[in-house]
Amino acid sequence: MQSKSTYGTIAVKTAVLLIAALLLFAPFLFQDVRALEVAARICIFIVLVASYDLLIGYTGIVSFAHTMFFGFGAYGAAISLREMGPGWDAVALGAVAGVLVSLVVATAVGLLSLRVKAIFFAMITLATASVALVLASQLSQFTGGEDGITYRAPDLFKPATKLMVDGEGKVARLFGVRLNGKLAAYYFVFFTSLALFLLMLRVVAAPLGSVLKAIRENEARAEAIGYRVVAYRTFVFCLSAAVASLAGTIYAVWLKYTGPDTTLSFAIMIDILLMVVIGGMGTMWGAVVGAVLMVMAQYYLRDLMGAAAEATASLPLLPELLDPDRWLFWLGIIFILLVYFFPRGITGTIMQKGAR
Amino acid sequence: MDRISETLGRFGGVYLLPLALAALAFVLIGAPSSWATLTVAGLAMGMMVFLMASGLSLIFGLMDVLNFGHSAFVSFGAFVAASVLAALSGWLGADSVFLNAAALALAVIAAMSFGLAAGWFFETVIIRPVYHDHLRQILITMGALIVSEQIILAVWGGTPITVLRPQFLEGAWIIGDVSIEIYRVFAFGLGLAAFIGLYLVLNRTRLGLLVRAGVENREMVEALGFRIDRLFIGVFMVGSALAAVGGAMWAGYETLITPALGGEMMIVVFIVVIIGGLGSIEGTLLGALLVGLTANYVGFLAPKLALASNMILMTAILLWRPNGLRPAVK
Repeated sequence: MQSKSTYGTIAVKTAVLLIAALLLFAPFLFQDVRALEVAARICIFIVLVASYDLLIGYTGIVSFAHTMFFGFGAYGAAISLREMGPGWDAVALGAVAGVLVSLVVATAVGLLSLRVKAIFFAMITLATASVALVLASQLSQFTGGEDGITYRAPDLFKPATKLMVDGEGKVARLFGVRLNGKLAAYYFVFFTSLALFLLMLRVVAAPLGSVLKAIRENEARAEAIGYRVVAYRTFVFCLSAAVASLAGTIYAVWLKYTGPDTTLSFAIMIDILLMVVIGGMGTMWGAVVGAVLMVMAQYYLRDLMGAAAEATASLPLLPELLDPDRWLFWLGIIFILLVYFFPRGITGTIMQKGAR
Repeated sequence: MDRISETLGRFGGVYLLPLALAALAFVLIGAPSSWATLTVAGLAMGMMVFLMASGLSLIFGLMDVLNFGHSAFVSFGAFVAASVLAALSGWLGADSVFLNAAALALAVIAAMSFGLAAGWFFETVIIRPVYHDHLRQILITMGALIVSEQIILAVWGGTPITVLRPQFLEGAWIIGDVSIEIYRVFAFGLGLAAFIGLYLVLNRTRLGLLVRAGVENREMVEALGFRIDRLFIGVFMVGSALAAVGGAMWAGYETLITPALGGEMMIVVFIVVIIGGLGSIEGTLLGALLVGLTANYVGFLAPKLALASNMILMTAILLWRPNGLRPAVK
């Protein structure tokens, strides 16, 4: 299918490699704090969106609970880092705890609702996720409530940490970049994200990936051939939950703060959905493209819209719609148009080119 | 065992559940006066949720379309009604019950007509192109929900809005030591009227016969020469209007509304529809009453559990009946 190298596929893969290279050298190419923030967020969201794509794109099941698993991982790391102090043991414990909770919840939800209609599943995950969100803000002695938890990351990632020292005992510089803990933290994010992404790429290339696609295309037929659809669906739901949870742990370590708004909120779920659809469902590459475009839009489109709102200040209603806070309005419209006219998203549409 | 279930079935089967729940709560609560207040509150909430959920359930049953943007109608209804009431605040404050009632009626009518128009727009522009494709339906209606929420934010702003209530619905009746808020009784009455109206239309008219036949077997009805797509626009518009009225009632119940209202109600509405079974208004009513009563009883007995109570109820019922209590035949 997609293994045939059409020029469209080659173009997409080149673009993804280019993005990977840019992310790898991001601290050296874009030397300001905000750009590094954007690059780290892109890395983490690529993993998160790719794991969501396993569900929606490859298996054809819609879940609205993905941020819940992301949140489990983040809160696991956050709580253990707060209680045990900064250290790798705390990160590891938090990651394992997050994954375990995610697996238990995913299995329960999956076995309960994956055997019924796809639409029931979407509704049930939505309800579960909203309960998790409410619980996180209610159990404040445990999760810090609405304020979230602030904590310290392992010592290696402190901005004051010196990775290499020059002759005078100051932080050494490489191409003008200080080799400090911030850089180490970024590369921790980058390489763990890369590892998780490659793992998922391996999963979909394996026979398992074909079974999942078969289930998406024709459930009854997959069952008739002898694959247990419910078991496969539950398995892939657990897998994507585990990966999302690990992504949450990485994000928690990078951000040194975990709260309902950064990990659990419905806004993030919508972001993920937009990224998957814009990038293209059913290809891991789509996750990369979608995450890059959306995160960039989040950080830089708002500035642009602010300028546009000022320019149209004299007109009725338009300035309100162009207000930087209303950027989701425009993304929502783009989203609807994309689902209508390019259901395969950007990468899917490009990859079709030249395929005869 | 069989005989017990047979006897239960004769007396109403699953419809006894709200009664059983109320009886259980009566024992657990112990104080008849608080129990009565909570029951009235639960019934009122259930009826308002029923208004919001019935359209969703019917639309799904008839056309196999699940509208994730349904809650947008609820929010729009609430905000339109709040704006109308605010504009007519002179009438509301007036001494005459007639002017009060006229203002309320105008607000409900405004919400309803907005729901009708928005429903028509939604059906023809947004959902029509993606029939028979669940994945894209979920995505598109989700996108529409995002856009509608942003429009509400742009028009009404993000700050909470106070909703004025007509004078004659303020206050409470005191019977013995039981106090019953008048607005709750009113909400219950309106919901009940809507249910009876829907029930009669669906079960006693030719139109309702067509809708029920369409739910059961769409192709067959089409083959007999009926334009079921026109019927569906009608059902969609009525469903949206009901949701808008439900939102308007809810706005009066809460008296302080924020744009987050739609999202919060959507979860409850989904739970109700799942519990009741998709496609039947009897099931939806049953689910709505169960959810309303549970929410109020648990909120009184164990406030910490209140948030999870609906989830627990849904899980329990899904384990017992995976398709809901009263699904339409499909």
